[in-house]
Amino acid sequence: MLRFAFNRLLQAIPVLLIVISATFFLVHSAPGGPFSADKAVPPEVIRALEAQYNLDQPLWQQYISYLGDVLQGDLGPSFKYSGRTVNELIAAGLPATAELAMYAMLVALIIGISAGVLAAMRPNTMQDYLPMSAAMLGICMPSFLLGPILVLVFGIHLEWLPVSGWGDIPGDKILPAITLGTGYAAYIARLSRGGMLEVLSQDYIRTARAKGLSEPLIIFKHALRGGLIPVVAFLGPAFAGLLGGSFVVETIFQIPGLGRFYVQAAFNRDYTMILGMTVFFATLIILFNLLSDMLALWLNPKLRQQAGGDS
Amino acid sequence: MALLDVNGLKIYFHTRDGVVKAVDDVSFSVDSGETLAIVGESGSGKSVTCYSLLDLLPKPPAKIEAGTAMFDGEDLLTCSPERMKQFRGNDIAVIFQDPMTSLNPFITIGEQLIEPLIYHPDKARRLTRDAATKRAIELLDEVGIVNANARFNCYAHEFSGGMRQRVMIAMALINEPRLLICDEPTTALDVTIQAQILELIKQLQQSRDMAVIFISHDLGVVAGIADNVIVMCEGTVREAADTESVFYRTKDSYTKRLLAAIPEGAKTMANRAEVGQPLIEVSHLKTYFKDYSSPAARAEKRQVKAVDDVSLSIQRGEILGLVGESGSGKSTIGRSIMQLVPITSGSVSFNGTPISGLSSSQLVPWRQRMQMIFQDPYASLNPRMTVYQTLAEPLLYHGLANSSNINQQVQQLMDDVGLARASMRKYPHEFSGGQRQRIAIGRAIATKPELIIADEPVSALDVTIQAQVLDLILDLVERHNLTMMFISHDLSVVRYISDRVLVMHHGVLIEQGDTEQLWANPEQEYTKNLLKAIPLADPRSERARLSS
Amino acid sequence: MDDLQVMEEQGSSLWRDAWIKLSKNYLALFGLGVIVLLCIVSLLTPWIAPYGYEEQDLMLGATAPSLQHWLGTDIFGRDMLTRIMYGGRVSLMVGFIATAVALVIGVLWGAIAGFVGGRVDAVMMRIVDIMYALPFMIFIVLLMVVFGRNILLLFLAIGAVEWLTMARIVRSQVMSLRKQEFVEAAYSLGLSQWTIIRRHIIPNTLGPVIVYTTLTIPSVMLLEAFLSFLGLGIQPPESSWGLLINYGVETMEEYPWLLIFPGVTLSLTLFALNFLGDGLRDALDPRTSKD
Repeated sequence: MLRFAFNRLLQAIPVLLIVISATFFLVHSAPGGPFSADKAVPPEVIRALEAQYNLDQPLWQQYISYLGDVLQGDLGPSFKYSGRTVNELIAAGLPATAELAMYAMLVALIIGISAGVLAAMRPNTMQDYLPMSAAMLGICMPSFLLGPILVLVFGIHLEWLPVSGWGDIPGDKILPAITLGTGYAAYIARLSRGGMLEVLSQDYIRTARAKGLSEPLIIFKHALRGGLIPVVAFLGPAFAGLLGGSFVVETIFQIPGLGRFYVQAAFNRDYTMILGMTVFFATLIILFNLLSDMLALWLNPKLRQQAGGDS
Repeated sequence: MALLDVNGLKIYFHTRDGVVKAVDDVSFSVDSGETLAIVGESGSGKSVTCYSLLDLLPKPPAKIEAGTAMFDGEDLLTCSPERMKQFRGNDIAVIFQDPMTSLNPFITIGEQLIEPLIYHPDKARRLTRDAATKRAIELLDEVGIVNANARFNCYAHEFSGGMRQRVMIAMALINEPRLLICDEPTTALDVTIQAQILELIKQLQQSRDMAVIFISHDLGVVAGIADNVIVMCEGTVREAADTESVFYRTKDSYTKRLLAAIPEGAKTMANRAEVGQPLIEVSHLKTYFKDYSSPAARAEKRQVKAVDDVSLSIQRGEILGLVGESGSGKSTIGRSIMQLVPITSGSVSFNGTPISGLSSSQLVPWRQRMQMIFQDPYASLNPRMTVYQTLAEPLLYHGLANSSNINQQVQQLMDDVGLARASMRKYPHEFSGGQRQRIAIGRAIATKPELIIADEPVSALDVTIQAQVLDLILDLVERHNLTMMFISHDLSVVRYISDRVLVMHHGVLIEQGDTEQLWANPEQEYTKNLLKAIPLADPRSERARLSS
Repeated sequence: MDDLQVMEEQGSSLWRDAWIKLSKNYLALFGLGVIVLLCIVSLLTPWIAPYGYEEQDLMLGATAPSLQHWLGTDIFGRDMLTRIMYGGRVSLMVGFIATAVALVIGVLWGAIAGFVGGRVDAVMMRIVDIMYALPFMIFIVLLMVVFGRNILLLFLAIGAVEWLTMARIVRSQVMSLRKQEFVEAAYSLGLSQWTIIRRHIIPNTLGPVIVYTTLTIPSVMLLEAFLSFLGLGIQPPESSWGLLINYGVETMEEYPWLLIFPGVTLSLTLFALNFLGDGLRDALDPRTSKD
């Protein structure tokens, strides 16, 4: 198991290197420098600025020094917010985004798994159709549509919940978490239904019934572990999706998180910020993919032993 | 009053395509210490009957329409779900066919074993985890699991097929049931393992005075262990009597056909083997595969020696049987001769010309002269091609027919293998297993080959169908002057069809000889055990064999 | 060989079975109907749209649905129905073209990996694994920022993300088919590699490919709408449903219909495509076919 994790971490290094390099050269091949938008700035000021950010050096030298900085965990200064580094900005945005992603993931897992398991217990009955229709609705109702509608209904019309902010007014975290989590809840519901149906049709479930075990015991002890493997394997991609979704949700609800920073950086053409955040996001996503793969592996004793057997 | 009394049981399946009478008016009874065998081919309703006793059928589509099943005075078919849970595993236990899929791969076998004890529906009878573990280890020991203490915490995939079935048996017996239902418990196992498992079930039954219902398609197995037999066909009971009566004083025509279909005795046709140049000569054949079974094996580049230094020859006109248990490498030999798998070393010659090492385009003329019949009649036909397309493809590809006479040629082939000409435009899924195998045979003989390699061509078929297909093969060999290599795990079938036999074990050819000579005087210990393990469809000689 | 061509013209019964099964699935039929209707409307939009695309009526401003303007007007007095019809052209086009890009790359990649096998397969699938781990959403945003919001680039970028799953599906299909006995039988008949691919492998991989293609279209459309909503996808004067939703959000307190109508249209389309995809999966899945 440890060896598997170690191998995967080793493999992650070249991947990260590719991501950093691709992003770096992509950003630096952009037409027009970061300061060219501000027409009023005289050329000598631009030159001074470029010297300050090492932009006057040859590209490969910039690349090497950037790589060196990244290795030391330094993502460089921000172009737009003078005096602040990308590290500081990420540190400022991370808590809100992490909290939002965690709540959304909780919403997704709790609603998704219970809906999926309920549906799989009685396939092709109302207990199946209702949650699965809801799941389909969730998949076809993207966050950028669901969010405004929730705001319109619960915030503006009913005035039950605050429509923006993060941690300012009690209850202002509910709508963003639901907006971000719903799509994934729907997806997880479909995955866990499929996984559970597959497992429940296996011979060993029939064996468990023939032994006289109670239905809850069969579902929770014998079926759930195998049935949820697809869900566990999906957690990594879901996490990546949540980060992407946070762009929209943080914009709609004006949450001071990484997603909103990223979108702003994109509009401002704040290249070091984009570059730094891309590297940061990529590292996170690769890490979470690794974790969810390991969890899925660990759940299956046969694979667990094979992966650990050689160490 | 017997322990279990089933009366007038009717189970219908209500499907989209109409009602299927899976079980239609079935009655039987079984008492403590007795073994009742329910015999039938696939679709006869034998398993459905037994699953209904424990409410294990999926409802819908299954529906119990009528009947009673009195177990110790209580009707199993109408009792409450709560009461049913108390019957399951406690009074009535089941052993299923495939021990691999019937054990939960995510939970240790020990945990699965003690579940019926620690979650006993009768709270007063629940054991503590420690007591249950002790009991389970004792039982594992009793069913012949060596080092039961350590194996208790293993998962199902760490056991071999036979050992898994022993675990299943222990699991069924853990609450000392009064009735044990065995659903084809040895069908997925090799013949030598089968003998051990049957012996074990017999012992356990005697020591516990259990009633046993034994579901099987194999009359040989049944002959040795059953006190009473019922024969089922398409949901109805065709014959029900004590074992000797069923075998020696058969009344029903279907039962007679079933008994007649069992391949028995030697090949009746003359040996047509020609002397001189062998048609196929294999020398020092080695076929190794990379071992992908675990990352460790992959990392160390381990190899599976599927075929390890085998030399053999096939004379023109001969039917050569190749027997071995699963994993013996017998199929790989066939595929190596056909050049379907890359061989590691050695050579294969066809009529004196070496064909191993030829490129695929150089092989084309040879391919026409040797063909293969595969085991699985479902997988061996392209589901998107009609019979006509399947049979016409080799004819047109090898230029054996042209657009003007192709219809006639395909019809000729269909006549040859006993298929109705009218079904020419049908697709494989519209045929039964036996008919599909006929299509596959038709495809194999289409190119007028000299050699046919048949890899377990009848083992997926029911016994009556198997007999028909075997006769068809013998007939075609005779009429088309074919040479054949017949690969099978079933020794009776091999004896029935082949002139000469090779015995494979772990990739090595361990014995060969003329069929009857080998049967009479096997030299190797392995061959002796193999031949001794064959069940005979004759109660008296089977019982004599078992007690010896 | 020409004779083989002649035979292939006959229909396949498994396809017919699948069609019969699909035609009993009303939700899937409804989905198919909606998609066909949308395609027709999109093709004919320049001729059947009630108003011109740029036609403003500043005096009118935003109005609720009425007989003159079935879905109301926006703050510039532009007819919403017309704008949704024109937006649909772009949304559907992105959906279909980007899916086609994904289809071509994915099928080729997966098929080659599956056929060639061995080391080539290992390397190719390793690349897919690695790309799965990449934060693509972020990359697309990056591309849009760096190269400007270019609709062609959008097709390529989305297509480049969505081909991965297609490649995996096709590869696993090809791998399992290659081990099937009927393919072995075809080899032992001496058929050439290309004949085997054409006659025995391709027809049997089509089912899953069709299903997955149908399910890729909605996810591509969603991605486009997502980017357009952020202001990073389609840009004015072009329009798409994502962009209309973006505008609708800005004024949703006063004029909720400007959000609701494009939103409902997008959701309905996604619904229809997903229902059709699910229905096709049920109809084409060999496990659900009677055997």
